[in-house]
Amino acid sequence: MTDQSQQLESITQREYKAGFVTDIEADSLPPGLSEEVVREISRIKGEPDFMLEWRLKAYRHWLTMDTPEWAHVHYPEIDYQQISYYSAPKKKDDGPKSLDEVDPELLRTYEKLGVPLDERARLAGVAVDAVFDSVSVASTFQDKLAEEGIIFMPISQAVKAHPELVEKYLGSVVPYKDNYYAALNSAVFSDGSFVYIPKGVRCPMELSTYFRINAANTGQFERTLIIADDDSYVSYLEGCTAPMRDENQLHAAVVELVAMDRAQIKYSTVQNWYPGDENGKGGIYNFVTKRAACRGESSKVSWTQVETGSAITWKYPSVVLQGDNSIGEFYSVAVTNNMQQADTGTKMIHLGKNTSSTIISKGISAGRSQNAYRGLVRVGPNAENARNYTECDSLLMGDKCGAHTFPYIEVKNPTAKVEHEASTSKISEDQLFYCKQRGLDAEDAVSMIVNGFCKQVIRELPMEFAVEAQNLLGLSLEGSVG
Amino acid sequence: MLEIKNLHASVGGKEILRGINMSVNPGEVHAIMGPNGAGKSTLSNVLAGREGYEVTQGEVIYKGENLLELEPEERAQRGVFLAFQYPVEIPGVSNIYLLKAALNAVRKYQGLEEVDAIDFLNLVRDRMKLVKMDEQFLHRNVNEGFSGGEKKRNEILQMAVLEPALAILDETDSGLDIDALRVVAEGVNALRAEDRSIVMITHYQRLLDHIVPDFVHVLSEGRIVKSGDKELAKELEKSGYSWVHDAPEGQTA
Repeated sequence: MTDQSQQLESITQREYKAGFVTDIEADSLPPGLSEEVVREISRIKGEPDFMLEWRLKAYRHWLTMDTPEWAHVHYPEIDYQQISYYSAPKKKDDGPKSLDEVDPELLRTYEKLGVPLDERARLAGVAVDAVFDSVSVASTFQDKLAEEGIIFMPISQAVKAHPELVEKYLGSVVPYKDNYYAALNSAVFSDGSFVYIPKGVRCPMELSTYFRINAANTGQFERTLIIADDDSYVSYLEGCTAPMRDENQLHAAVVELVAMDRAQIKYSTVQNWYPGDENGKGGIYNFVTKRAACRGESSKVSWTQVETGSAITWKYPSVVLQGDNSIGEFYSVAVTNNMQQADTGTKMIHLGKNTSSTIISKGISAGRSQNAYRGLVRVGPNAENARNYTECDSLLMGDKCGAHTFPYIEVKNPTAKVEHEASTSKISEDQLFYCKQRGLDAEDAVSMIVNGFCKQVIRELPMEFAVEAQNLLGLSLEGSVG
Repeated sequence: MLEIKNLHASVGGKEILRGINMSVNPGEVHAIMGPNGAGKSTLSNVLAGREGYEVTQGEVIYKGENLLELEPEERAQRGVFLAFQYPVEIPGVSNIYLLKAALNAVRKYQGLEEVDAIDFLNLVRDRMKLVKMDEQFLHRNVNEGFSGGEKKRNEILQMAVLEPALAILDETDSGLDIDALRVVAEGVNALRAEDRSIVMITHYQRLLDHIVPDFVHVLSEGRIVKSGDKELAKELEKSGYSWVHDAPEGQTA
């Protein structure tokens, strides 16, 4: 190994910055999954009957399903009876009514994560719905948003406050039968965010949720539902971190987006779950189903994701383009280092006429990691003049990692135009030496080159997130160069 | 400024430099000429600290410090600049971003604050005039889609912004037509200064018509076989490199 590679290797062996454990009392259900547990979760949350019925249907269906094995990832079988399906910080009386009542320890946790709660949030113009383990602790700006008729609240609350909306849309994009993890999530999800943007309203601020898994052996099954009614616009940010633990933790989330006529939804994720140590011990199993329905004509959904964490990432944010002239976009940076495995990509399903989609995927692999892009572009028989452009680039750092591309293209309409471009490259010694000769140290040089590689995606992120993402790339992207 | 003493260096076990001696004082411009395979690029790479070059003997003293013990970026921060023969492309990284990061890295070493955005832009605009570059170059990705001439001009722009104490120009004339050569040479001439030394490495004499050196050295088979003033270059132009092979080792400047 060259000196330079050694130097770079040492940069990759960083401590996980968000790896602290918050010491608060938690109410948890004992490990194990049964119909009783599903009923108990629903009871604790005081849900209406339709929710319990839906959960039970999902649970019974899940029992009939098998774990999907087609992804390019390897891990020991998960024992679903060893996981606790509910964990909530212990409540004082009926729970916090304002930030003053929130456990200060909890607030410090958010502070360490840089979540702009309370005043900082106001300054930053970000409304945060923070999900700590399974219960939403505090939602800021609800009142201000309510003036516009915007609903932004924990989904557990929405189930009770707006049951008609939840019943109408929950599972309408990702049915509980969709896949193994979606079925599991539907049965046991404990919280998440709910957003409704009324007709003609442009949401005046970025909505943001910070997810964090704290309790050991707790699966986090959050569920997010966003509905943008006719002519509305919303930008939603999702950030994720989890503390360092030796055991693996399961995270099986479901996100559903619905865009009506001419509505636009921009959904951005920066995922920094604990990736495990350099030997692959610990880390989050991130099995997530994210899907959007462009139901209305000329509607538009953009997914932008920067995935740097998790031991395993299994995630395909997709868009079903039902409405004529609707647009789907997927911008992704997936970084794997050490023993991380990622199998991520998207599905663009063209059903309406003149629908178009863009896929820009940047995969960066370092250490002994495996990074796969998996994408489906399907053009249905009625999707006249559908367009897709896919660009899929991989960057390898070192010679022990892998990059894989699995594109699937199914076209049933002869007027469709589908383009696919793919490239694989390495950070060259020449690039690195060039930057060093201009005075940059190895760390800054790698960070700059990698950020350049990801520029097309990073520029899609809202400003405050772009900075965070660039920092994250600087922290976790640097790897050995071969 | 720069003192090279009995420098031997190998690449992949093969000895390329076989005892280079050379001394460069502040304000001097030295040209190193020689046929292909003489070791010209090896010398510039060794001075800049590129990986893969093993120094087996000798030393290089730069401003009183042992240059060979420093990392490439430490050399750069101390004012050693290499204008590359083949400047590399860095996709997605804008020219101005690299320039600013480089300038700040040098300033940080000098204990100065990061440059203010407005001051920086004024500085860069001013320096771009030296090499007749259009402002749109700042926002293009580093060397991506640049013509040969644009790449070389970009190197000189970087030099103009970073203001190094020692600039090594590696085949800066290669691949340039006469107009581009003139622009690059004018840029370099404008950067000649009392406290700045320039070492030009070139195969052809024509560069020296535009940038007139104080000293000329002929490098052959890893040694400096002849040194002199600019007249030496003209002799070479007339007689070619073949005659120097048999010549006795020349005096070092």
